[in-house]
Amino acid sequence: MTTQTDANPGTAPAAAVPIAKVSIIVSKGSLEGIYPALILANGARAEGIEVNLFFTFFGMDAVHRKRMDHVKVATVGNPGLHIPTLLGGLPGMSALATHFMSKKMEELDIPPIPEFIEMIGDTGAGMYACRASVDMFGLERDDFVPQIADIITVGDFYAMAAGGQIIFT
Amino acid sequence: MSTATYAGVTVDVNDEGFLERPEQWTRDVAVELARADGIAELTERHWQVIEFMRQEFFAKGTGPTVRALGKSSGVSVKELYQLFPKGPAKTAAHIAGIPKPKGCI
Repeated sequence: MTTQTDANPGTAPAAAVPIAKVSIIVSKGSLEGIYPALILANGARAEGIEVNLFFTFFGMDAVHRKRMDHVKVATVGNPGLHIPTLLGGLPGMSALATHFMSKKMEELDIPPIPEFIEMIGDTGAGMYACRASVDMFGLERDDFVPQIADIITVGDFYAMAAGGQIIFT
Repeated sequence: MSTATYAGVTVDVNDEGFLERPEQWTRDVAVELARADGIAELTERHWQVIEFMRQEFFAKGTGPTVRALGKSSGVSVKELYQLFPKGPAKTAAHIAGIPKPKGCI
């Protein structure tokens, strides 16, 4: 039999410590890759939690001026959608799935990505793009929306995240 | 359910401190609820949000989201977070004496 050992034997169980700060990494560029991060960020600010968002790899599309309005649901390689892979690959399928999902989200008062990014910026959350990804994709500061405060290194990110929780999406 | 007394008014509150019966709310109660939330003084802008929240609640049965507040209350999302730093929807609902907002947005 195994027993869990108490880290502080002889003391009463500590009350759960509320989360004061979260750093959320957005690494995917699909609609279903980006929204959970944005909802988590917005929800954290609504609870008074300090938030930093770090956009890396294809996640940078969420804050890319020209791409943020064209983020799509992945209809291939996405078993959760329950569409046969061959059908999912037909032209227009991704646009169709995105249209339906966007409509449903609007009904639930979830904003489109550009408005959501602006709103999250207004809540006081910090937004940053990843230096390595920016260099790799040949992007520049002006490719991003003004809510992006800076392009930072992974070291900067860890310094910024210190003392809080990190969520990778 | 328990009761609490604010500004001499006894109100029914839930375990998170939200008023159970919005009709028991008065402006004096709001002032004391705000102090409990760390807001020393309610300005005209705070009142604009609080009154809008109550109107929406009595009209629709639920308080507005931050997005709806930003679009319809006349106070921007940025200012909402300045007025209610611990989260506008939740804090303003608490002060306005209406239930805590449900939903993720």
